[in-house]
Amino acid sequence: MMLQSVDEYETKLGVPEGWTRTPTHYCPGCEHGILTRLIATVIEGMGIREKTVMVDSVGCSVLAYEYLNCDHIQAPHGRAPAVMAGVKRTHPELTVFTVQGDGDALAIGLLGTIYAAIRAEPVTVFLYNNSIYGMTGGQMAPTTAVGQVTTTTPYGRDLQKTGNPIDIMKILSQTEGPSYLRRGILAPEPVEAKHGMMYQAKNVLQAKKIIENAFKVQQKGGYSFVEFLGTCNVNWKMTVEESKHFLYDQVAKRYPPGIFRDKLGIEGSPK
Amino acid sequence: MNGRVLLKGNEAIAYGALEAGLNAYFAYPITPSTETPETLAKEFGNSKYPDFKVFLQAASELEAINMTLGAASTGDLAMTATSSPGFSLKQEGISYAVGMEVPFVIVDVNRGGPGLGNLGVEQSDYLQATRGGGHGGYKLIVLAPNSVQEMLSFPKLAFDLAFKYRNPVLILSDAFLGQLKEDIAPNQSANGHNYDISWATLGMKNGQRHVLNSLHLESDSQEKHERHLYQKYVQMRNEVRFEKMDTDDADIVLVSYGITSRICKSAVKTGRENGLRIGLFRPITLNPFPYSQLSILANQGKKLLVVELNTGEMVEDVMLAANGTTRVEQMNRLGGNVPTVADILAKCKEMI
Repeated sequence: MMLQSVDEYETKLGVPEGWTRTPTHYCPGCEHGILTRLIATVIEGMGIREKTVMVDSVGCSVLAYEYLNCDHIQAPHGRAPAVMAGVKRTHPELTVFTVQGDGDALAIGLLGTIYAAIRAEPVTVFLYNNSIYGMTGGQMAPTTAVGQVTTTTPYGRDLQKTGNPIDIMKILSQTEGPSYLRRGILAPEPVEAKHGMMYQAKNVLQAKKIIENAFKVQQKGGYSFVEFLGTCNVNWKMTVEESKHFLYDQVAKRYPPGIFRDKLGIEGSPK
Repeated sequence: MNGRVLLKGNEAIAYGALEAGLNAYFAYPITPSTETPETLAKEFGNSKYPDFKVFLQAASELEAINMTLGAASTGDLAMTATSSPGFSLKQEGISYAVGMEVPFVIVDVNRGGPGLGNLGVEQSDYLQATRGGGHGGYKLIVLAPNSVQEMLSFPKLAFDLAFKYRNPVLILSDAFLGQLKEDIAPNQSANGHNYDISWATLGMKNGQRHVLNSLHLESDSQEKHERHLYQKYVQMRNEVRFEKMDTDDADIVLVSYGITSRICKSAVKTGRENGLRIGLFRPITLNPFPYSQLSILANQGKKLLVVELNTGEMVEDVMLAANGTTRVEQMNRLGGNVPTVADILAKCKEMI
């Protein structure tokens, strides 16, 4: 299905009530917009939009309140898990979630991330891992690969100086608290086709399912943390196409998608 | 609590908050403030306080203040208490709360010195407390109790003011007051509150979307927001509170708040018994500071002696109030030391 305009897109695919209809500021090629739309669709589909509070983090995700049509609290950098705990503990009837970048959740906010997991706060974190600080213009993130060039590692990330990139699935797996630990991919997969490049949406559709699963876990009283791999072609200094290849060929090898914890058996038998 | 009871200041703050209808408290231990969370942990679940639904010990001051921010965003009565080093860590969340217009109550039990300092009494957080404390140029209403009875009654006042202005309110106590035991009369207990929380994020309440946010990327939008906040600081000046003792015929007026104002009261009494005409002016709100009320005394030519436990912080506000019309002197002790009545009277004799 080729869609020529936004109007046609809206007519054919519908517009989720969870979207404010504000055009997003995300760079072309970025998957933040996909994530925003998927969340909007899921909270509408589950009928929870009017009982949801999104806690916005700091980074490219900060303007989510412009797009997602629900209540929002804009938290300080790295503090979304603590703010969510304050909301959820006082109002367990609300669905409470955040979208954080890897700088927000895994550098400045790592203590809050880990303690929310340890306490098994019944909230949901969607981590957008694009291996870089996007909003501030492409600095080294906790997830930047060894050797990767960023504006603060102009000669490549040095293992001796900065240590290894963080694998949050491994870290949170060491704690008993989480009910659902999941890694998925938000970017469509580039495939060679007869007439050039094509993109497969399989992982995007699975991402939607994962988002729904994460909210279901919260509804059952569990803590859910989902790490989504995404691209940042602008700060990776790549074309959109190159960035998708980089994500699938390199990032996804270092951070393999999968189910790391599924206590409630939301995706089948408990794990 | 019935009849008169003997309580520490830090315990009284806890009961005062419960009687105000506290919903949520977020704790991080730090001496000399910890009796407040300990008392609240003990009372959690007590059927006398049905509104008190969350007590949680956080992993850091940063977590505690941001949990407070989250709980308060739902319109619940949320509080956190700390002491000076922890108060510094909480500035981030306080600055955000002002920008987002989220009301809650913070208690700072002022201890000694910069850095880790010591556990003794000081009033050295005065400028940090009254000038905002964090980034971005903002004001809190700052209440300074000087007795365990006020430690009990100020949380209710603090919540009233916080919700009236949608702005955090600070109760600035100190290591002495926190540990001081006095017998106090319990207040009437309150159940629930009638504050306007139409702004709260409770999930599209009344079909309305609510966004609590401190980000305004466009210059005009940010300026408009800051001018709106400034208008609130101007209105807060109506909340000024102070206490005067024997100032009418005084040659020297002691200016002091918190625990030192108690010592000054004794100094006024003893001084007058010995023929010294001394009075006391005690600011109860440190912000808004009672500039105009104090300037009346200064304009009458009364000499002012500022007694405070720092190297001279409130004296800046006293000099602003005096505006060069009278002599302003200081008496300061540090590190847990306090001036005695004899010290103060000796200084007064020098000034006459």
